[in-house]
Amino acid sequence: MTALFQSEFFYNYRRSSSAMIGSALMAFFALAVLLGPFIVAQDPYDIAALNLMDSYKPPVWLEGGDPQFWLGTDGQGRDVWASILYGARISLFIGLVAMVASCFIGTLLGLIAGFYGGLVDSVIMRIADIQLSFPSILIALFLMSAVGTGIDKVLIALTAVGWVVYARTVRGSTLSEIEKEYVQAAKVAGLPNHKIIRKHVLPNVLTPLIVIATIQVGTFVLIEASLSFLGVGVPITQPSLGLLIKNGFDVLFSGLWWTSVFPGVAIMMLVFGINLFGDFLRDELNPRLK
Amino acid sequence: MTDAPAPMLDVRNLEMHFSLGGSVLDRLRFGKKGPRIDKPVVRAVNGVNFTIERGEIMALVGESGCGKSTVAKTIARIYKPTGGELRVDGEDVAEHDFAQMLPVRAKMQMIFQDPYASLNPRQKVRDIVAEPLLQQTKTTAERREVPKKIEALLAKVGLNAEHAGRYPHQFSGGQRQRIGIARALSVTPGLIVADEPVSALDVSIQAQILNLMKDLRDEFGLAYLFISHDLSVVHHIADKIGVMYLGFMVENAPRDVLFSRPRHPYTRALLSAAPSIKENRDKEEIELTGEVPSALSLPSGCCFRTRCPFAWDRCAAERPALRDVGDGQTVACHLIDEPERDVS
Amino acid sequence: MRDTVQQKLLEVRDLRTHFHTFAGTVKAVNGVSFDIAAGEVMGLVGESGGGKSVVGFSILGLIDSPGKIEGGEILLNGEDLVKAGEARLREIRGRDISMVFQDPMTSLNPLHTVGRQMDEVLRLHSDLDTEARHAACVEMLESVGISRAAERLKAYPHQFSGGMRQRVVIAIALLARPRLIIADEPTTALDVTIQSQILKLMRRQIAEKGASMILVTHDLAVVSEMADHITVLYCGNVVERGRTRELIEAPAHPYTRGLIDSIPDLSNRHERLKQIPGTVPDIRNLPRGCNFRDRCPRAQAICAEIEPDLMPQRGSLSAACHFPLSPGDTA
Repeated sequence: MTALFQSEFFYNYRRSSSAMIGSALMAFFALAVLLGPFIVAQDPYDIAALNLMDSYKPPVWLEGGDPQFWLGTDGQGRDVWASILYGARISLFIGLVAMVASCFIGTLLGLIAGFYGGLVDSVIMRIADIQLSFPSILIALFLMSAVGTGIDKVLIALTAVGWVVYARTVRGSTLSEIEKEYVQAAKVAGLPNHKIIRKHVLPNVLTPLIVIATIQVGTFVLIEASLSFLGVGVPITQPSLGLLIKNGFDVLFSGLWWTSVFPGVAIMMLVFGINLFGDFLRDELNPRLK
Repeated sequence: MTDAPAPMLDVRNLEMHFSLGGSVLDRLRFGKKGPRIDKPVVRAVNGVNFTIERGEIMALVGESGCGKSTVAKTIARIYKPTGGELRVDGEDVAEHDFAQMLPVRAKMQMIFQDPYASLNPRQKVRDIVAEPLLQQTKTTAERREVPKKIEALLAKVGLNAEHAGRYPHQFSGGQRQRIGIARALSVTPGLIVADEPVSALDVSIQAQILNLMKDLRDEFGLAYLFISHDLSVVHHIADKIGVMYLGFMVENAPRDVLFSRPRHPYTRALLSAAPSIKENRDKEEIELTGEVPSALSLPSGCCFRTRCPFAWDRCAAERPALRDVGDGQTVACHLIDEPERDVS
Repeated sequence: MRDTVQQKLLEVRDLRTHFHTFAGTVKAVNGVSFDIAAGEVMGLVGESGGGKSVVGFSILGLIDSPGKIEGGEILLNGEDLVKAGEARLREIRGRDISMVFQDPMTSLNPLHTVGRQMDEVLRLHSDLDTEARHAACVEMLESVGISRAAERLKAYPHQFSGGMRQRVVIAIALLARPRLIIADEPTTALDVTIQSQILKLMRRQIAEKGASMILVTHDLAVVSEMADHITVLYCGNVVERGRTRELIEAPAHPYTRGLIDSIPDLSNRHERLKQIPGTVPDIRNLPRGCNFRDRCPRAQAICAEIEPDLMPQRGSLSAACHFPLSPGDTA
């Protein structure tokens, strides 16, 4: 730990206000996600705990507000604040799981394409190109018409599109790594190919992935929000932040703005925090020449 | 059997050609006669012959693009040769697959040019140095011996035990080259292929590494194939020298013979171009004109004729073969037959 | 003495350029002084990290944060460049002082034709009209040995080989008729036969145009053939200075002696090369006293206490050493 605090990374971190703000926002959401259920009184998905009399209460600073529900309530008496905390859990869950799956699949395919080259490389890259021309919305629609909606379908749609960036990046890094002399030295030492990939190529292609993965979580949260907004995302029983926005959208123009706007602000802050920190990481992890 | 032992390395007609351009889809072209698939070939090494005896240091010199690095990597079986024979300690390994090569790897190792790219930045020094040895150990007992051997190796190259746990970026260029040498020595090979091992080092460190390599040769009876573009380094360390141009060996001679009586025009041009710190060194002035041709389309006949000050029509028609001119010197040049054309 | 007769083109006095990094202050150039007269070639010699490239960049004002010129003077015909503003420096760059960089691959913009890059220099630094500029570019390309110059002006850098590109870079450096050319390892990346051509070319051009040159390199052999006088740098300090032949034949500083001895030369017949023991000290943590003392065979107690100043020794040589070598000493 002390090595981290004395490192150049930490030195630059302290001097970058955007990095600190970004990570503060991320930490806030991480805490919200972990501790959420314990700090809000109401479980917004427990029908029994809801009271229709509490419906559509405005935020506490407006007339008619109730200090028990500081950001207001929705049409069924759900506390907006509690919904945001629960919704953020789902959004982040989806974002993280899809990111991990994409990273795993993409990295594996990228390593194989870059290392072995030839036909394998061509095939994988052409599939990647095709994949990129399908927006995830289209894939989600296909899945919905075939097998219905659900969090798993969302994850599949996101992963199907998300792996490509890892594969491309890793393939590029792999192509340059295999020219490196220490890879040639491993060949001369008699290492078999799979060991060369595992011990020499993989550890050295991981660094740029950290930045991609970080920013992709934010990207996935946004895509999932769009999917849910269009109705092909998460089911109503497990509303993510996106679905919350949609639910509130119907009454947005009657002046009951808080059920839509606050989840929107929450998404914005989450993704903004991720992007800020991701930018800092990208500059930091960039191999510096001399 | 009282035959003389086989040379450590015996290379015959070694050829290495690379086809460029990616997969079939990338090579598709549309010409006047319709679609065709191009097959550009880089002829990096074109029929090279030489031997290295045990304990001998042979240097390969030439400028960029001459194929010397490719020869080194082909001999070390990083590439599989596209033609010719490659005998290591008597055994032809040109066609060997991975399993057959493994025992040969214990006889032949390599050290590389770039001290910053030849060590995996994520590996500790002890793991780097042990890697070739670990591929050769089969039993647990053998593996238990490895750490001690690594310590001894590090000491032999002038590093100490505490360096074993560090990472490459904590070392200077010269120290990194030493780590590379220790790695090559770990399997006690008979032949070390050294690809420009001192070119990336400062002059004062160069001297240290060259001395080390010589000491190791004296102690272990190592043979070296020493690739370099620097004639003065080669003069210091080599027993015999081969000069390469565009994938061909144009001259091969023992060191003193090559430097005092170079025969091939390219060798003479190289010697005259090398800057020297001593004033008034007895220098023949041969200035080359023009550019090095591309290895994608070699000139007909002698590959050097486009820049040779003496070229005449025979040079375009007929490729000269390497011929023995005595004292262990072989030259590939038509001037041998018509020395009156040598007017300089 | 010669110095009072010839007008000094460039005088560098006690230049200090430091880099403030996370890991400490790197004193890349720490008190460097030298003079160059018109028409002279000075070799600036040292090993990697010795600060020699930084000297060149400092003269042209090309030092960016975290680096900064902390002190000293750079007098170009009496005008102090350290105090000159960016606008004045821009006038000087390319016109009075130009630079040839090491890597011909990256010193030319791959997206512009060679002709456009050459034309740019003349547009900035001369009053010639379009036709006159074109003619000047053609003439310059031909004089650096590129045939079919008018045609080649329309080509892009990647269409030239390494040696040709370096000729183009030299042509650009010479176009505005600078009085001083700073050449930073101009031939290190080139093959030895091409290197020999380029060096001959540079010598000819300098002689014809009466320019001066600072040749920055680690290659003592190259410098011995090109330079009139040599300045040797070690860890940011000048350790020795003097006319070329004197310095090479009988240097006064043990480091110079060590450098010369460790060069394998075609006329040496030693079995073992003399090597300088040890390694270059960490430039963020220089030892007290003389920087070279840990590797010097002549070091005594005083060397660890007091840093030696650059003092005239014999003939044209000055050295910074408490126990300089006499001719005939082998260190």
